[in-house]
Amino acid sequence: MTSSPLATYQPDQRALALIGGEATDANLRRYLHGIPGIDAVGLEARAADLGTRSIKTSSKRWAIDTIIGLIDLTTLEGADTPGKVRSLVAKALVPDAGDPGCPRVAAVCVYGDMVGSAVAALGSAHAAGGTEGVNVAAVATAFPSGRASLAVKLADVRDAVTAGADEIDMVIDRGAFLAGRFGQVYDEIVAVKEAGRRADGTLAHLKVILETGELNTYDNVRRASWLAILAGGDFIKTSTGKVAPAATLPVTLSMLEVVRDWHRLTGVRIGVKPAGGIRTSKDAIKYLVTVAETVGEEWLSPHLFRFGASSLLNDVLQQRQKMTTGHYSGPDYVTID
Amino acid sequence: MKRLAIPKTYKLYIGGKFPRSESGRVYEVLSHTGDFLANAAKGSRKDARDAVVAARGALGVWAGATAYNRGQVLYRIAELLEGRRAQFIAEIMSCEGVNAAGAGAQVDEAIDRWVWYAGWADKYVQVAGNANPVSGPFFNLSVPEPTGVVAIIAPQGDESLLGLVSAIAPAVVAGNTVVVVANENAPLSAISLAEVLATSDVPGGVINIVTGSPAEIAPWLASHADVNALDLVGAGDLDWVELQISAADTLKRVLPPESGADAAAPALSRILAFTELKTIWHTKAIL
Amino acid sequence: MKFLDYAPAPESQALLDLKSDYGLFINGDFTAGRGTPFATINPATEQRIAMIATANEADVDAAVSAARHAYDGVWSRLSGSDRGKYLFRIARLVQERARELAVAETLDNGKPIKESRDVDIPLVAAWFFYYAGWADKLDHAGVGPNPASLGVAAQVIPWNFPLMMLAWKIAPALAAGNTVVLKPAETTSLTALLFAEILQQADLPAGVVNIITGDGRTGHTLVNHPGVNKVAFTGSTSVGRAIARSVAGTDKKLSLELGGKGANIVFDDAPIDQAVEGIVRGIFFNQGHVCCAGSRLLVQESIHDDVIDRLKRRMQTLRLGDPLDKNTDIGAINSAEQLARIRELSDRGQQEGAERWSADCEIPANGFWFAPTIFTNVATSHRIARDEIFGPVLSVLSFRTPAEAIAKANNTPYGLSAGIWSDKGSRILAVADKLRAGVIWANTFNQFDPSSPFGGYKESGYGREGGRHGLAAYLKPAVRSGARSISAAADHTTTPVSKKSAPAQKAAK
Repeated sequence: MTSSPLATYQPDQRALALIGGEATDANLRRYLHGIPGIDAVGLEARAADLGTRSIKTSSKRWAIDTIIGLIDLTTLEGADTPGKVRSLVAKALVPDAGDPGCPRVAAVCVYGDMVGSAVAALGSAHAAGGTEGVNVAAVATAFPSGRASLAVKLADVRDAVTAGADEIDMVIDRGAFLAGRFGQVYDEIVAVKEAGRRADGTLAHLKVILETGELNTYDNVRRASWLAILAGGDFIKTSTGKVAPAATLPVTLSMLEVVRDWHRLTGVRIGVKPAGGIRTSKDAIKYLVTVAETVGEEWLSPHLFRFGASSLLNDVLQQRQKMTTGHYSGPDYVTID
Repeated sequence: MKRLAIPKTYKLYIGGKFPRSESGRVYEVLSHTGDFLANAAKGSRKDARDAVVAARGALGVWAGATAYNRGQVLYRIAELLEGRRAQFIAEIMSCEGVNAAGAGAQVDEAIDRWVWYAGWADKYVQVAGNANPVSGPFFNLSVPEPTGVVAIIAPQGDESLLGLVSAIAPAVVAGNTVVVVANENAPLSAISLAEVLATSDVPGGVINIVTGSPAEIAPWLASHADVNALDLVGAGDLDWVELQISAADTLKRVLPPESGADAAAPALSRILAFTELKTIWHTKAIL
Repeated sequence: MKFLDYAPAPESQALLDLKSDYGLFINGDFTAGRGTPFATINPATEQRIAMIATANEADVDAAVSAARHAYDGVWSRLSGSDRGKYLFRIARLVQERARELAVAETLDNGKPIKESRDVDIPLVAAWFFYYAGWADKLDHAGVGPNPASLGVAAQVIPWNFPLMMLAWKIAPALAAGNTVVLKPAETTSLTALLFAEILQQADLPAGVVNIITGDGRTGHTLVNHPGVNKVAFTGSTSVGRAIARSVAGTDKKLSLELGGKGANIVFDDAPIDQAVEGIVRGIFFNQGHVCCAGSRLLVQESIHDDVIDRLKRRMQTLRLGDPLDKNTDIGAINSAEQLARIRELSDRGQQEGAERWSADCEIPANGFWFAPTIFTNVATSHRIARDEIFGPVLSVLSFRTPAEAIAKANNTPYGLSAGIWSDKGSRILAVADKLRAGVIWANTFNQFDPSSPFGGYKESGYGREGGRHGLAAYLKPAVRSGARSISAAADHTTTPVSKKSAPAQKAAK
């Protein structure tokens, strides 16, 4: 991709240059509605077609290890405790107790008040935004509904970052988005990003959850994706996992297409995180295929693609054992967390 | 003292106008007893060509008219024919040698045939079209449309007006435009019908009538690349197989000759013979 | 490693049990042909698959006689519901043996297994299922009460969708009560002969379906045989034209599905990513060996460069190679002859000044292959904008207004298919209304369904396959009485018919 002058802009300048003015509802609407639409039937047919790729032998082995390294191993329950989080971290670090060669996951994803427990449990294995070890992602901004004042949401973010979160998974205000208050959604994302600034001036990595299950249409998903990227999101993420449908292959494909177009336009690479509902390695491989054939294989890296999942890991591990031993494994041969 | 009558000059009907044949030729039309009736224009291949140009030019407007409108226009022809019933009866009597009752019956049937076909204008699509239940997220409709320019060799038998109307009406009701070669021996009612058409609401060029020799003109129409379909209903005495072979060069739709009382009988199949079924798929999704 | 170089995932050939020689299927049994046998080869490897018999004139005669005998003796006397039951049986047997048929089709034709497996063979079963249900409901076929079957149908089919074209022909013919002599294309006879085995398993009465193999001469003999009542042909416009000439003056009812040069029109408000997929599906599906292919891309000028850029990126992900590999998108060209034609027309396009671009793909050493190719800067006068290439070659033209798009789309002697891409429903409907083509796909392309009539305008042929109209192509109205009465006039047919009152038949030539 040829480098675009837009690549050198700060996100806010770039957005203003693209939408041709201040980030008002009217300017954003004009911009977002000027983007080509999506035909749902065609999108779903393309996703289904990508899902028929047959990944075998060496490709499958590579895919399985890659999937593990892309997982944000997640626990987001009201019943979470520091003990549960320690257990999750242990699993993140050593997914398969029987195989020390098994790669680690990309990050653990927890509620903000559990960040401290996760960081402590990781100890020296805490990647802290780097590539060695495991990162800590925190859901924030009154996750999952996002129904709180901006002040509360920003405090939520600051708490998590202060406690050591490397990544913030925020939710957009779907109500505002559906009501056409695009400027409000935009401003909140900008504010959340800034709230993730650490003492040393660096910013927590920002994943923007669109909650596609509430946006209802692919056109909305596409517009929300553009909006989140314009506002400075580092990642766009499908779902909280608390609303059905969560991640689907067509929704993820439509988001990957936005990311691809953004890269064509600006030279900047944005990450994508499907979350919720991806439970089997077979499904996860379909996502890898979709990523590779839509934005390119370069995206199959933790800084550009993640799976938000909990049960996926164990299915992948069983597949991995099958490939190593040549026979099918069972749930008792992988640890529950 | 008996008034000296004004005889009519019988000309062609092309593009809503009444030209003489570009060839300058005429031929004698005789009564059934062999008396001179008129000099009819003897149309040439170039007249046929001009008629095809006129028909092609009129196609967009006629095919694009609403079905309701086409139905009313055809019905209007019946109204005007009814008003000139006496004239047609007289011409038919002189040309075909039938009595007043027989000529009247023919004119009545011709009028009724316009009415019958007029009623089909906004129905044939419903009867011959379909909504198709395809197994997928698609809206799928099949709709018949006019084929385009139809060349017709009018029936050459006894009932010149009825034969002509029986061949023209089903083609035009669907939105086709036509070039018709009239009954060679009895062309008067064809030209008089043209006068009716010219004063009706039928747009110029929708129906073009060429008088003359079908044997001479038909091969040019059968081979004309801008003719989409060929109705050989009245071509039974011509070398019609050659015409059909010639029409195959551009894959024209062809109806074969018919004869006898059953010729060009009123039928939905005559309408549909000159329609094309178009099937439209559209994706269907609310997301 | 490079993930996108997916490791080979070949479909197993183990379930295929082919014979080394195949005879003709006449009167319920396989019989040796009296013509010279020929080899059918795998176009991806140029290896011989089996020897195929050639039917000579005597064989054609025997097949037509068998069909006539079966028509008179059995099939025309069977109840509609029993005919339907045979068709249902066939549909189920096709489903049961679907994978085997898909593998055989891919071996013999060169098309990707994912297409034979997911498109061709499922549609074959669907076609028989659909028409099975019609067999006892012929009063509703649209030709009036108590319609009559025609008799013996001679059917000649092409090599691009061998078994699917067979199904499109045989299912409606049998449902309507006709018997059949079918000739598959010379290069793709294999699945038709496997289908004959299915007919044996279904216990279809002998002679109801006869399958004779051979080259164009066999087909010529068949369609000209005086004992056939119906001719149905799918193939090139030039052969279709010759058939139309040869049946002129006869009572044979004719259906022709011929060539096309479909316009795929992309407006500036199109759902762009789906449009790109539709362009790809339109021209690269089945290596572009599709009569209704969207071989002319008409793009609105304001988005031309963007669409071409996206299209080229997308084309780089197309995988050309072993048709039996489940990840293959572009298989082999069906024959050396067809490859030569594609090359010739593509070279011509270059000479005429169009800009040629092909996706980077590794071309296998053996077999017949052609990389997916697009031509930009194509003018309407270029041969590649007018002639049917029947290969993975797209000609790109641009337009500025909807009126110009319609004019360019219609500026062809063909009229089979067209595509329209726009988010504006009113425009889609208006443009669809103005296009002179038998099948219009709006925001989709190359969709087929047994309930949906398919067929062309102008030189793309006449008659429809699929749906109620496809059934009517194998029926005629009950003999009418009382002629002139208006109330009796309920029949309809979609193809020219000879009237019983027509003058004595003349020889065609």
